[in-house]
Amino acid sequence: MYEFLVAPFVEFGFMQRALTGSLLLSLSSCPVGVFLMLRRMSLTGDAMAHAILPGAAVGFLFFGLQILPMTIGGLVVGMVVALGAGAVSRFTVQKEDASMAAFYLISLALGVLIVSLRGTSVDLMHVLFGTVLALNNEALALIASIAAITIATLGIFWRGLVAECLDPLFLRSVSRIGTPVHFIFLALVVLNLVGGFQALGTLLSVGLMMLPAAAARFWTVRVEPMCVVALAIGMLSCVAGLLISYHFSLPSGPAIILSAGTIYLASILIGTRGVVLTRYHRHRHRTA
Amino acid sequence: MSEPALVFDDLTLGYNSHPAVHHLSGAVERGALMAVVGPNGSGKSTLMKGIVGVLDPMEGAVRVGKGLRTAYLPQQSEIDRSFPARVLDLVRLGLWRERGLLGRYTRHDGERLRQALSAVGLSGFENRAIDTLSGGQMQRALFARVLVQDADLILLDEPFNAVDAKTIGDLIGLIEHWQGERRTVIVVAHDLELVRAHFPTTLLLARKEIAWGNTVDALSPDNLFRARRFNEAWSENAPWCEEHAGHAHGHDHPEIGKGAQAALSQSHKGAA
Repeated sequence: MYEFLVAPFVEFGFMQRALTGSLLLSLSSCPVGVFLMLRRMSLTGDAMAHAILPGAAVGFLFFGLQILPMTIGGLVVGMVVALGAGAVSRFTVQKEDASMAAFYLISLALGVLIVSLRGTSVDLMHVLFGTVLALNNEALALIASIAAITIATLGIFWRGLVAECLDPLFLRSVSRIGTPVHFIFLALVVLNLVGGFQALGTLLSVGLMMLPAAAARFWTVRVEPMCVVALAIGMLSCVAGLLISYHFSLPSGPAIILSAGTIYLASILIGTRGVVLTRYHRHRHRTA
Repeated sequence: MSEPALVFDDLTLGYNSHPAVHHLSGAVERGALMAVVGPNGSGKSTLMKGIVGVLDPMEGAVRVGKGLRTAYLPQQSEIDRSFPARVLDLVRLGLWRERGLLGRYTRHDGERLRQALSAVGLSGFENRAIDTLSGGQMQRALFARVLVQDADLILLDEPFNAVDAKTIGDLIGLIEHWQGERRTVIVVAHDLELVRAHFPTTLLLARKEIAWGNTVDALSPDNLFRARRFNEAWSENAPWCEEHAGHAHGHDHPEIGKGAQAALSQSHKGAA
């Protein structure tokens, strides 16, 4: 048992780094994912992950496979897309899903084009699917600071974020904070996706954000516990994914996401608000 | 004579250059209990949005008395019923003005929330998820939130929709209690019997003011007939409104008049 569960993390430095990085990533991106889901913006996360690509690609084009230029590039383009799409939806007739789709499609096409200018398909695979087993100190420091920023920001704006999700019109009638809160939240989404892409790649970092959140929905009816459950599921997926990847020589990013996916599918069935309990436990009811 | 709670100064509100409330002027006294009545599309909800400041005036101004706190219960709330929140969480939003983003909730706040819920007959519902509430219960929870807001100017947009007779009685009781506390209450309502029975003053609206004053006079058969003739539809080629000679402004006039083209080109110049 020890051999299987603990030894890989004790014996190998790269496994320790991978574990630290992915756990830190869960710490910040899982709560963000819960709010994305509750705001019905789950697919926005996906779109944003694509949108980051050209920024990372420009960094890649000039500096090769290095974390800082690619991160900064992704951050800049991600912010442009998030703010652009957010502004279009808030100040024009178009809804956010459409404006987001438009912006991210433009961005993605541009990104693929840029990567193809220089890279081989192996490089593209690195950018798209990440390399959690090759996290260096720089990358870990980046992920740690993103986690700290995210947790602090969520703590400060928690009440506003809940109010903006629950009853935006009411919030507008008592405060002007709604619009800033929306954009701050989008910025957090971008930040976490960028933090995730080094470890998991642009395509899979959104998986660690959304799958635990979607699974947590089946276990609780309140926001705070939902974030905690999502966090636990995210961390569990990271540990499980890394172990599976180590023992069966599978790529680590997909292994982590598939672990989260398995927990999600199980939650649909056996969660306290899942299919089994809500559909098939009907034979008893109370008098009032 | 105290300062009025609310003043409309030649107020025009609308969407995309089409007015929904057209050149409304007047004042609402402090402590007034006023009904706003009118056919569908006559600008009642728009007026409420204008007062709260969710919608900016196209022309003129709304002035809310200095230091007055406003509470607003919209007709179509944008509440996400599937959001995982309890009744308590929803009602607690009413404390936003006092506690804001980071202020701590005190024990006294908790007491106020409980009192508000009990006043609308929702004691014991504190921990119920909002997606388990019926339409009427939801409406009562929103009333509780208005109570918690402790506002001086209270705007209720069709608060009696989907509410049963007993609950309407309870809510009317609350509204009359507010008036007893010298709060100013403005209610959009459709039920004329109810308005006649409980509201001393009425604004009858059909984009323009049809009548405003004593409820019995405002809701005279003649006024109601005039309100009913109101044409709800907008026209894309309605002439530009020139109600105030000299300073043309950029919104369409609802009725199509003679010389529309001439007026149009004229005010384009004015607006530019």
